[in-house]
Amino acid sequence: MTPEPPVLAEVRLTINGIEHTPAVDTRTSLLDLLRERLGLTGSKKGCDHGQCGACTVLLDGRRVNACLILAVACAGAEVVTVEGLAHNGELHPLQRAFIEHDAFQCGYCTPGQLCSAVGMQSELASGWPSAVTDEEPELTAAEVRERMSGNICRCGAYPNLVAAILETSR
Amino acid sequence: MTSVSQQAVGAALDRVEGREKVTGEALYAYEHRSDDLVYAAIVPATIPKGRVRRIDASAALALPGVLAVLSHGNAERLPDADGELALLQSDRVAYRGQIVAAVVADRIEIAREAERLVHVEYDKEPHDVELRADHPHLYKPDTVNPGFETDTEEGEVDAALLSAQTTVDVTYETPSFHNNPMEPHASLATWGDDGGLTIYDATQGASPARETIAEVFGLKAESVRVIAPHVGGGFGSKGTVRPQAILAALAARAVGRPVKVAVTRQQMFHLTGYRTPTIQRVRLGAEPDGRLTAICHDVVEQTSTVQEFAEQTAVVTRMLYAAPNRRTSHRLVALDVPTPSWMRAPGECPGMYALESAIDELAIALELDPIELRIRNEPDHDPESGLPFSSRNLVTCLREGAERFGWAERDPRPATRREGHWLIGTGVAASTYPARRQPSEAVARRDGEDFVVSIAAADIGTGARTVLTQVAADALHVEPERIRLELGDSSLGQAPLAGGSMGTASWGTAVHRVCHKLIEEREEEEEARVDTSDEIEAEEEYSRHAFGAQFVEVRVNSDTGEIRVPRLLGVFAAGTIVNPKTARSQFIGGMTMGLGMALLEEGILDPHFGQVVNRDLAGYHVPVYADVDEIDATWIDEHDPHLNPIGSKGIGEIGIVGTAAAVTNAVHHATGIRFRRLPLRLDRVLEALA
Repeated sequence: MTPEPPVLAEVRLTINGIEHTPAVDTRTSLLDLLRERLGLTGSKKGCDHGQCGACTVLLDGRRVNACLILAVACAGAEVVTVEGLAHNGELHPLQRAFIEHDAFQCGYCTPGQLCSAVGMQSELASGWPSAVTDEEPELTAAEVRERMSGNICRCGAYPNLVAAILETSR
Repeated sequence: MTSVSQQAVGAALDRVEGREKVTGEALYAYEHRSDDLVYAAIVPATIPKGRVRRIDASAALALPGVLAVLSHGNAERLPDADGELALLQSDRVAYRGQIVAAVVADRIEIAREAERLVHVEYDKEPHDVELRADHPHLYKPDTVNPGFETDTEEGEVDAALLSAQTTVDVTYETPSFHNNPMEPHASLATWGDDGGLTIYDATQGASPARETIAEVFGLKAESVRVIAPHVGGGFGSKGTVRPQAILAALAARAVGRPVKVAVTRQQMFHLTGYRTPTIQRVRLGAEPDGRLTAICHDVVEQTSTVQEFAEQTAVVTRMLYAAPNRRTSHRLVALDVPTPSWMRAPGECPGMYALESAIDELAIALELDPIELRIRNEPDHDPESGLPFSSRNLVTCLREGAERFGWAERDPRPATRREGHWLIGTGVAASTYPARRQPSEAVARRDGEDFVVSIAAADIGTGARTVLTQVAADALHVEPERIRLELGDSSLGQAPLAGGSMGTASWGTAVHRVCHKLIEEREEEEEARVDTSDEIEAEEEYSRHAFGAQFVEVRVNSDTGEIRVPRLLGVFAAGTIVNPKTARSQFIGGMTMGLGMALLEEGILDPHFGQVVNRDLAGYHVPVYADVDEIDATWIDEHDPHLNPIGSKGIGEIGIVGTAAAVTNAVHHATGIRFRRLPLRLDRVLEALA
């Protein structure tokens, strides 16, 4: 059996405001493009199967598991990773609240939690309902717990994460 | 030098590496960079027992970008390696998932494809992976982890049980639990021109890892450097060197380039250790007033055929409650399974689930409040060793927790509270964990007006960097901002691992001493060094333990079997709390994992294929946001002069001890049903309710 050579494709995409045009192996996930090709190791690989949320990034403003997206499918996309949340050295309010509320311990799920929380806040602001929404989505601890359940924290910082997210969402 | 009146120890300092972690700058093992770096991928065994007959690597090697395929046939010989670290040294397969080969390729995608192209043929043998209390090959290990006596006996247990007015004789079962830190185990290895080896490793202890890796490769310890500035959790699973570290080094030497490898989430269930399943029989005998006359705790658990690991499950029963007649035992069977290892509070965690459940069963049999029953059996010294306790505030924790939780209003009758579909109950259990120390080296040096303190400690998310900064600040009489704390590097000296809840006590002693030495004895000098071996050797004999009490409210859905935990409270007595912010996180983190143990977590072994079938995070459920409602931890003021210069007891593990018993005790109170097998899965609850 002669193995097929890998197929390479050039992709133009914007990451944290900077345009990149890498030639990617068509099997490469967005997560591996970020981590292994572009040196953006803030996005974490916890399971590579979309089960833990550690790789969550914002793709055209919506939160996605970067391990489940093929890089080649990101042509023209705008990607924001944890490295793009702070501006000119000034932390995003969620980043500040995470520190203040001790919303992490080992820190490995943290970048995904942060990007997920940013995405969740905009979903909530757009009126998207969740499984626990009664009529209008309101910012409650129950909504945060429901909407953030795709981001696992094995250190168990959930009460602190909820407090940090609630504080910055008000 | 400005002196500060405000003490740093006791202050709720933010994590000193917080900014690095929230910006994504903090680098974990797999993320370090190196020129010419290539990728290794693991080929796992697809049979549970037998021999590798033949490996055909030709298809993999034909793939452009593949540099090597390693197997027992061509891998470097490691005569000093044994157990799980004797990697690719033999054709034997001892469990499904064991590493039988590895590929090295210049890109991650190619390594992954090549791994699937390696064709392995086996000679399969019959396997045995099922733990049973009547297994014919049960044996008595020489000691149990990390060196305790296997069995203990005092008095006449059988006679006392026969003559006791009230007895409990019950058996509890726990499944395998899997640590599942968020960062998969990973290593990046580079060989230097001088024959030295540098490994970025996901490890809980850079200096013990260095010793082990040096031994495996027949090197002097000085020739190996292990670096781990940030570690994405471990919970014991990164406390021992795991096979991927050896693989990275073997592969790097084979291809002459730096190699990195990460264990996949699925492979973690077989390659990174786990908590053994247990079958625990607990027998208690008591007088009508509740005083225990006999305690007996017999444990059956498993190990592998690769190396022995004997969890010390019944050891905690030797010290918790007074009783004149007492016996504990541990029996193992070596199955065709991966080797179990440390998981948060090995011994105490599963052992206290059984003991504290049995105590609740006894309280019900005696019609006595479970807190009062515990108070009546409070020993005035360590029942096993006869030593005085350095401090013991279990009763204070129980009383304080009862007050905060509103225990006094509790109606003890089970299955009497219902709100719609929900049955409501409350439960309590005790927590305890030993307070130990090990020797450590540390260095402190001046850096202009600031100070650098170096110690080969590990911060796996515990907050070690932060609390050691606080200890140093107080010893040097400066603000914490003036301290730069260096850790996570074996070149910083000898230090114990982050394990056994002894990090802060062990490293803290060294940091405290070295900072004092620098400003008091080395006023004119740039740096000071200490080694605390003598101090720890000369420690007075005490029985040193932290204690706690956990209170749980549960709601059990009578239609679906769903269990919700609206309230979980822990009250702990752990000496000086160095940082209330990070300490609370440690306690609630442990309790959350305990909640997972009670309700969700279970490695399900397929006896036919001999593997964990739910080996990912979709199948093995750890607690997520929606599983955790109100959870809080607090602590009492405890001053114990017999510990260490900081007066602290370890807090990393006690949070998981007792939680599962508190939950199942509450479920009994809610439903009247005693579940003696973890976890309390919906299907099991529903069946019992029907």
